[in-house]
Amino acid sequence: MKKTFEKAGQGFVEFTVHLARISSLSVRSLFWIFIAPFRGKKLRWHLTFVQMVRIGVNSVLIVGIISFCVGLIIAMQAAYQLERFGASIYVADLVGVSMTRELGPLITAIVIAGRSGSAIAAEIGTMKVAEEIDALETMALNPIGYLIVPRTLAMIIVLPCLTVLADLIGITGGFVLAVVNLKLPFIAYFNQTADAILFKDFITGLIKSFFFAIIIAQIGAYQGFSVTGGAEGVGKSTTASVVSSIFLIIFADLLFTMLFYSTL
Amino acid sequence: MVEPIIKIRDLHTQYGDKKVLKGINLDIYPYETFVILGRSGCGKSTLLRHLIGLQKPTQGYIYIKDNNFVTASEKEKNDILKNIGMLFQSSALFNSMTVGDNVALPLREHTPQPDSTIKIMTRMKLGLVGLSGFENFMPAELSGGMKKRAALARALAMDPEILFCDEPSAGLDPIVAVGIDNLILKLKKAFKMTIVVVTHELESVFVIADRIALLHEGEFIFVGTKDEMRRSEVPVVRQFLQRAPDEDDMDKDKFLNSLIGG
Ligand SMILES: Nc1ncnc2c1ncn2[C@@H]1O[C@H](COP(=O)(O)OP(=O)(O)O)[C@@H](O)[C@H]1O
Ligand SMILES: [Mg+2]
Repeated sequence: MKKTFEKAGQGFVEFTVHLARISSLSVRSLFWIFIAPFRGKKLRWHLTFVQMVRIGVNSVLIVGIISFCVGLIIAMQAAYQLERFGASIYVADLVGVSMTRELGPLITAIVIAGRSGSAIAAEIGTMKVAEEIDALETMALNPIGYLIVPRTLAMIIVLPCLTVLADLIGITGGFVLAVVNLKLPFIAYFNQTADAILFKDFITGLIKSFFFAIIIAQIGAYQGFSVTGGAEGVGKSTTASVVSSIFLIIFADLLFTMLFYSTL
Repeated sequence: MVEPIIKIRDLHTQYGDKKVLKGINLDIYPYETFVILGRSGCGKSTLLRHLIGLQKPTQGYIYIKDNNFVTASEKEKNDILKNIGMLFQSSALFNSMTVGDNVALPLREHTPQPDSTIKIMTRMKLGLVGLSGFENFMPAELSGGMKKRAALARALAMDPEILFCDEPSAGLDPIVAVGIDNLILKLKKAFKMTIVVVTHELESVFVIADRIALLHEGEFIFVGTKDEMRRSEVPVVRQFLQRAPDEDDMDKDKFLNSLIGG
């Protein structure tokens, strides 16, 4: 019993240490992105662009397919309940609002955490193991500015774009179900959706995805930098990056949803 | 009297409870080739990591051209580092970039030259290490010896005043290793540069060194020229000089003669 508590305590201490280090890393990265450029340090847009292609363009298909399926799923779940009240038209509201406010940002972030967050951890971890990070430092190049900033910046630009895409495709999924299965008139459903989604729903979703982007990039980079001990270490950190970023994404989502729910 | 370019004062390092360096003092003078010799695991790489600012010592100071490297701010450190080239034991080439981009990276980041000039400078550096025409190869396509050469070209990209090499010939077959030693000799003649090499291989020491220091149990037990080393009566130095023959099954006098080239 005592041991269990000791273990839990230790785990909590470790968790806090990790969180403190990640926060400090994030503060430094965000300083490099948002403040340093005004003090004469240039951002490396060519590196950022490469990362944007990797994270963004190459994820369009998977994000599209998954959000289409999610759109269909919510539409069916909504229809199952609403049909009993003869209120199937409100499927449009449910799909539209839950996609833009919640599921679009969340699904996209989780897919990208699994796909690109892990890639960031693996790439930086491999560089760490091969002394490439040390080599960067001896060339007077700061690994934060050279490696983390382009990835974080790319993530901040790309994730909201993918989220918009996911919103649209998810709503299309609902549309397909409504028109094909529920036999709702196309125009009515369209108007209902347009009325249901408010600008603020859309914006709160995008605000979430901005923070999710920072979480994914920073956790990936942090896990990459903390790799020790060869290829095995890279594997461990890659897994850890996915698990911890999904955890933090959900947790942040909860906080934001609480905030938006009570204020907006 | 010439001022030393690198001064190490009372340097201590420990990992946990394990003391690796126990109060090292050393002066390295401009334009000399200085070899730090010691068995594997005696702390040579650790010492080099201090010298290039990758790791802070537990105690003590390092002055590079009169700048205190241990207490320097990040900006001061980077200014010093632009005058330093480092060849890592593992080569540490950026595996995601071509050989040419590896060499060009410090130039692109630290000099205002247009890309066409940088391309030419890159080709020159690669030519210098015998890798002309390899700029579009990826590091994974190179052999161990070629990787070392490419890494050397990258270390030389900024025409550094000081070049550090960590075990330049370790892990290479003897012929390739001799090739790297000769390359260092050639650089020594061609450039006005201070070269600090860390190694455990006696063979290359006597080829390239002006002065030698022997690191043993965290201290320098010998610092001097090649001849002084051969004549040294310090037991550990004698033992070190005699170690290789044990392994090679060669007799001691023959071995010493082969080193002297007689
Ligand atoms: N990061 C580290 N943590 C703990 N011990 C280390 C670390 N790096 C090196 N050591 C230990 O310090 C000693 C010196 O290592 P190193 O400087 O790499 O030796 P060398 O380069 O001479 O072979 C070794 O015994 C090694 O086990
Ligand atoms: Mg070593």
